[in-house]
Amino acid sequence: MATIAHEIPQVAPEEVNYLNVEHGWKSWLLTTDHKRIAMLYLFSITAMFFVGGLMAVLFRINLLQPEGIFSPETYNRLFSMHGIVMVFLFLVPSIPATLANFLIPIMVGAKDLAFPRVNLLSWYLYIAGAAFTLYAIVRGGVDTGWTFYAPYSSTYSNSYVLAAAMGIFIAGFSSILTGLNFIVTVHKMRAPGMTWGRLPLFVWSNYATGLIQVLGTPVLAITMLLLAFERIAHVGIFDPNIGGDPILFQHLFWFYSHPAVYIMILPGMGVISEIVSCFSKKRIFGYNFVAFSSMAIAVLSFVVWGHHMFVTGESVYTGLAFSFLSFMVAVPSAIKVFNWTATMYKGSISFDTPMLYVFGFIGLFTIGGLTGLHLATLATDVATHGTYFVVAHFHYVMVGGMVMAFLGGLHFWWPKMTGRLYPEGWSKFSALIIFIGFNLTFFPQFILGYLGMPRRYQSYPPEFQALNVLSSAGASILGIGYLIPMIYFVWSWKYGPKAGNNPWGAAGLEWQIQSPPTTFNFDETPIVKEEAYNYGKLEEILG
Amino acid sequence: MADAVMPVAHEAISPEEEIYLKHHFATPGQQMDADTLGMWTFLITEVLFFGGMFASYAVYRNLYYGAFASTSKYMNVTLGATNTAVLICSSLTMAMAVRSAQLSKRAQLIRYLFLTMIFGTIFLVIKAFEYHDKYVEHLIPGLGFQYEQFPQYEHNAQILFFLYFAMTGMHAIHMIVGLGLLSWLAIEAYRRKYNENYFTPVEMVGLYWHFVDIVWIFLFPLLYLIGDR
Repeated sequence: MATIAHEIPQVAPEEVNYLNVEHGWKSWLLTTDHKRIAMLYLFSITAMFFVGGLMAVLFRINLLQPEGIFSPETYNRLFSMHGIVMVFLFLVPSIPATLANFLIPIMVGAKDLAFPRVNLLSWYLYIAGAAFTLYAIVRGGVDTGWTFYAPYSSTYSNSYVLAAAMGIFIAGFSSILTGLNFIVTVHKMRAPGMTWGRLPLFVWSNYATGLIQVLGTPVLAITMLLLAFERIAHVGIFDPNIGGDPILFQHLFWFYSHPAVYIMILPGMGVISEIVSCFSKKRIFGYNFVAFSSMAIAVLSFVVWGHHMFVTGESVYTGLAFSFLSFMVAVPSAIKVFNWTATMYKGSISFDTPMLYVFGFIGLFTIGGLTGLHLATLATDVATHGTYFVVAHFHYVMVGGMVMAFLGGLHFWWPKMTGRLYPEGWSKFSALIIFIGFNLTFFPQFILGYLGMPRRYQSYPPEFQALNVLSSAGASILGIGYLIPMIYFVWSWKYGPKAGNNPWGAAGLEWQIQSPPTTFNFDETPIVKEEAYNYGKLEEILG
Repeated sequence: MADAVMPVAHEAISPEEEIYLKHHFATPGQQMDADTLGMWTFLITEVLFFGGMFASYAVYRNLYYGAFASTSKYMNVTLGATNTAVLICSSLTMAMAVRSAQLSKRAQLIRYLFLTMIFGTIFLVIKAFEYHDKYVEHLIPGLGFQYEQFPQYEHNAQILFFLYFAMTGMHAIHMIVGLGLLSWLAIEAYRRKYNENYFTPVEMVGLYWHFVDIVWIFLFPLLYLIGDR
């Protein structure tokens, strides 16, 4: 026995994983491994996040003074490109294309997504779409706002609408393919024993997101195409000169873009469900309700688009119906918030960084959601429509919600993705900085909107200056808060301490395999016997 | 009982089947199921893609019924009907191609694929003639549009013609993509790729081809037969 023991080498050779199994740029650009594609996406969307962020820095500088610094034309282009880049090239792919791409096959116990090559194609489409959009930016940008309303975008704008619209058209297909892949994977690739009732809630929420991507995005694609035709041919179906109706453009646009709002929050809700359960060491409260509320949100998201058009020539009865339906969406959203809170009740809560982001998410999303009810009310929407109140509302959901969840998820699964830990102190510090910076940026905008400051203007009356300066100051704090994780993640990738396979003591299937995982995730197809939230066992042991 | 293990789906996989099994699937059945669901999901996105144009059509046809009806005088129903018949025939040959692949009848499969491509090409040629006629008759919006017979509809009729070109043009692009896929299938069939163990690509392209045909079945009455003649 003793002699055999001596033959075991003292230094264990480094385990083969998906990162070190192959080297060289070809092994990345031609990979069909969902984990490598997720990493490609992660780098790409981070780059786009900083491009979009740069625009925000510039227009927040402009708003330091009531008379502005840039010309109104420049300002229009800055906020338009900020919106376009952030919505279509960062928020829509943020969690689905990175975390979900990485985790869904592992969470359902599969070797890969159902269509690995389609997955790679989706990344190339994303890059092509981003290239078109960046070309538009370099040439001078777009000034239509991210909504591209006709007939301004189709006829009158002198900016690079065509390139940006094509960028969105192409990037849209990358989103469709991601959604399609998730739907098929969840239906057909689950390991034995991974029943629908045992699916992690992160998978449920991304499945719901996939439905929206698949059903909504094609409508945006055709709308952008019709808009592009109209711009080239100088005649088209949104052209009032021949009896075309520009409001039809708004209907088609929001038919996608309202559900897209839920593409930009549902995956975040899935992340929160996973983290809150793990760091409360408790089974998620009301699993079925949380799972089905994702589906309810996906379904309802398709019947509320009219609330963007309350003041754009919609009949009173249409407005009433859309107002009522918009209130309905609050129900499943609230169910989630209540269930996360109830999960923490009597839980054994630890305050690790991912959990800090959860607290940030719950608070900020609740504010964003409740102010959404103000905007869904017909009478108050007339007063606040097109003001900074709206800007603050959707930033509380998109940034306070989705970006918080994205960062929380990234911190939570970073040890799984890279096998390394990040510096605990810095990460907590930056989470705090982001929370403070975010509120300082956007809370004053609620007040500005309430006082009547319209959005999308380069200058404003002097009495609004104090609140605008506060907001710009907050934005610079927020910017620093985003830079810190960027730096320590890069550091941790190379030098971070080894994380081990399950640093959080989490119960999900993804934590039972090696960190970072091997190319095919599992040596053998796992046989699933319980759901991913079995923290109750701990209680049994401790009494 | 506590350790009762659910069986991993170990259908007997023959060596012939195993060649075609991609690494991340457990069984050929799972692979086929995934491909089929993926194709149907893709077709749903196509329905919504065309749906944006159908919705626009519905809105404007309600608003400008007279103008829309007047355009039927300019549509060539004979060519449209011929094309409808051509596409229905192509769907039949496509279905036969799928059946041939399932029965491992290689020569027959290649024959039916070529027949389908010929029908598809006939459709596109006829369509090109129709487009040319529209150009000669000044019925292309944005290219010196003239509508002398019904001057009162000169503006609104352009919407229908814009939609006509957008919808049939998008349909034609789908046909061209379909022809490319059929050529690829023919080459692969020639290389003996398809047999009773593996015919998924033939069946998937078949689904796509039938979908494109069905779109035309809706386009023909909506664009050609609005008004009485």
